[in-house]
Amino acid sequence: MLSASATPVDQMAVTASSRHSGVGAWVLRTGALAAIALSVLVLLLLATGHDASAALSALARGAFGSWYAITSATLVRAVPLALAGLAVAIAFRAGILNVGAEGQLLMGAAIGAAVAAIVGSPSSTPAAALAIVVILLAGALAGGAWAAIAAVLRQRYGVLEVISTIMLNFLAQYLIGWLVRGPLQEPARINPQSASLPDALHLPVLLEGTRLHMGLLLAIALAVGAWWWLKETAGGFRLRAVGSNAWAAATSGQIRVTRTVMGAFILSGALAGLAGSVEYTGVTYALYDNFSPGYGFTAIAVALLARLHPLGVLATALLFGALEAGANAMQRDAGVPSVVVSVVEATLILLVVSAERWRSRVVARAESGT
Amino acid sequence: MSDATAGDVVLSLEGITRRFGSVIALDQASLRVRAGTVHAVLGENGAGKTTLMRVAFGLLQPQEGTVRVRGVPQVIASPSVALSMGIGMVHQHFTLVPAMTVAENVALGNHGRYDPRAAAERVRSVATRAGLTLDPDAMVSTLSVAAQQRCEIVKALARDVQLLILDEPTAVLAPSEAQELLQWMRRHAEAGHAVVLITHKLRDALAIADDVTVLRRGRTVLAARATATDEAGLANAMLGHRTSPIDGMPSMADELLAEVDVTGAFRTTAAARTGERAPVFMTRDLHVSDSRGVARVRGATMHVYAGEIVGIAAVEGEGQHELLRVLAGRGQAASGQLTHPTEVGFVPEDRHRDALMLDASLVENVALRGAGARRGRVAWSTLREETAQIIAGYRVQASGVQSAARAMSGGNQQKLVLGRELHGAPTALVVENPSRGLDFRATAAVRDALRAARDAGAAVVLFSSDLDEVLLLADRVYAMHNGALTETPSDRDLVGRAMLGSQTSRA
Repeated sequence: MLSASATPVDQMAVTASSRHSGVGAWVLRTGALAAIALSVLVLLLLATGHDASAALSALARGAFGSWYAITSATLVRAVPLALAGLAVAIAFRAGILNVGAEGQLLMGAAIGAAVAAIVGSPSSTPAAALAIVVILLAGALAGGAWAAIAAVLRQRYGVLEVISTIMLNFLAQYLIGWLVRGPLQEPARINPQSASLPDALHLPVLLEGTRLHMGLLLAIALAVGAWWWLKETAGGFRLRAVGSNAWAAATSGQIRVTRTVMGAFILSGALAGLAGSVEYTGVTYALYDNFSPGYGFTAIAVALLARLHPLGVLATALLFGALEAGANAMQRDAGVPSVVVSVVEATLILLVVSAERWRSRVVARAESGT
Repeated sequence: MSDATAGDVVLSLEGITRRFGSVIALDQASLRVRAGTVHAVLGENGAGKTTLMRVAFGLLQPQEGTVRVRGVPQVIASPSVALSMGIGMVHQHFTLVPAMTVAENVALGNHGRYDPRAAAERVRSVATRAGLTLDPDAMVSTLSVAAQQRCEIVKALARDVQLLILDEPTAVLAPSEAQELLQWMRRHAEAGHAVVLITHKLRDALAIADDVTVLRRGRTVLAARATATDEAGLANAMLGHRTSPIDGMPSMADELLAEVDVTGAFRTTAAARTGERAPVFMTRDLHVSDSRGVARVRGATMHVYAGEIVGIAAVEGEGQHELLRVLAGRGQAASGQLTHPTEVGFVPEDRHRDALMLDASLVENVALRGAGARRGRVAWSTLREETAQIIAGYRVQASGVQSAARAMSGGNQQKLVLGRELHGAPTALVVENPSRGLDFRATAAVRDALRAARDAGAAVVLFSSDLDEVLLLADRVYAMHNGALTETPSDRDLVGRAMLGSQTSRA
């Protein structure tokens, strides 16, 4: 028989298939990969003539060196990475290669800022709390709507979502550029950024004296919720079935594939959008060019390294949050450009993808033969 | 390479052992293939037939044993090494590129410049020399399954293959096509080549093979001239000597021989015949188009009552797949009347594509049934029990309900799918090729399950490309030709004529 036309999922290097191995094995494997990536970093530092031990200790200090570093640098960065990482993981589990978390995140922040501008300064605490919720939800809706564009293009016109979501990333980025010079620009009209969010509309700080905000709890709750939903509910199972084999889902499961894909795509976009509105209300308090240092892109690495497992996303988001926090310290204290951390991140992704390929080949070889 | 004379041993595998983890797939297996002969390799699913041939073709390396090609010990490190030694293999699942022409497919893997005219000429000359009909310029996606298979054979022969291994080649073919292929293999061997036929069809093996090797649990249990053995002897060798029925199932050898003897027998059905009850499935002047918009079912009229198995007999591509899909509620009719229950158990033709999530666990695959209508939470503990029952009931060999479907052999995957759709008390079933690729025991289990479902009151629609299977199981038979149905008495000759369009008489 001729093989059925390959779906994008078939070509995906990393699938959720490895959940059959235990948590311990995953930690071991991920640790080994991280060790390799770290050695690459050391080699890179030595090759460029930097003091490797000074750089590494700056990195470690920046990430975990103090209570402040842990809470206000590492964890603060881990929050948007976790939310956007969940977005990517859910899409990939459904067989949707949503690489547009960055754009969806930006749209979430932009619409969140727009809603905040309309809300203005609330008079009472309950009104402020309600307003925060509305801003966060508006961000999620915006991210979902942004993803819906790519979802419709895919299901109606067969446009590859990898292409459309990348393009939508650019659109979102330039849309923000226009917003912060036009309708959302701060009243003084000097800087290309929005007005500062009134204090009443800030996400509550979790620990006094740090920048760590409520978004952390939200990310943890959503990760646990996503894990439970995928595992235990009929809807979550449909999403995974469609991602695993859309043909079988339709024929043997009588699942409405188009509907499931649309739903998963929009859900994914909503999570990324939420990452944007959480970042806006919890960290930046304003909208500006380069609002996101590429959280939506790093989120792909976060999801892949977590093997698309929602709880794994929490762990890998922490790892990448620490790397990014450490990178800043490394640049500041040891004079090493922070981009070397991007090299480490890229190495990690390549390692994960090739390790998965290698693993599946070994498994296939062990299982071949009747 | 072609200097081997008839009777010389072209390929000899001695004491081959191959383990996969703790599973021993081949245990000191051996095989000697002589030039100018057809060599049948027989065995149940999982007996090691395919694994042994994968060793011969360089896809697997043995852990012990010797491979000799024309008497010289060799290490066949890869398929390209095998091809350079004149050994070719046609797999059960074809490896053609649908969007390319026959000539392009045959030329794939060649080096240097691609010259379309020379490639087409090469195909033409190889096909003519081998006595195969094949259009070099046809797009593979437009070819029938039989023609795709000829394309695979020509692909191998174009590399000057002296020993051709065919893995279950007749499984995908209609009976007439299968006969044609078997005859071709005979002629090809008589021209001095060696042909290895992997099969579990005794009749095929005895009809054309010179030599027979039987594997059981990875061991060679019989190696003989075909003339020196018979169906009963082969069946015993394949199944082991079992004198008593196992687990209440009638002797497998009996079932096997019954299958062989069924030709022409007119079945009197035990199913209740009735005029008053409403049919479970009903179509009137039904028209169905395939995904490309080609009309495949053209005015089909049929009815299926509770408590009967209705068989559809057809050669490949007469519209049966489209009809069955629509009956199962998995497809849209273009026009006409159609009645079918809302819940229909469905075993589709292409199990890998349509019935399984290979990376998912067995439980998740069982959970797939009814997933579209499920609400709220998934009852995993119930599903785990159900899966365990299916594994036990259909003898699915798996390391557990949480193991991945991909980790099982093809036969076991099929058993899981059949078990899933037959589990519980289905009231309506649509089944395509239920026993394809299954060994005798599994085939018997599946057939018993279908009969049991029928006896419990289910309405069953069955299509099998094996006409004997249709005749064996069905209480009533419709022959399908050119998209239309004709109810036909269960007589092999009459059905055979009807499915070929009446005026042609069967070979």
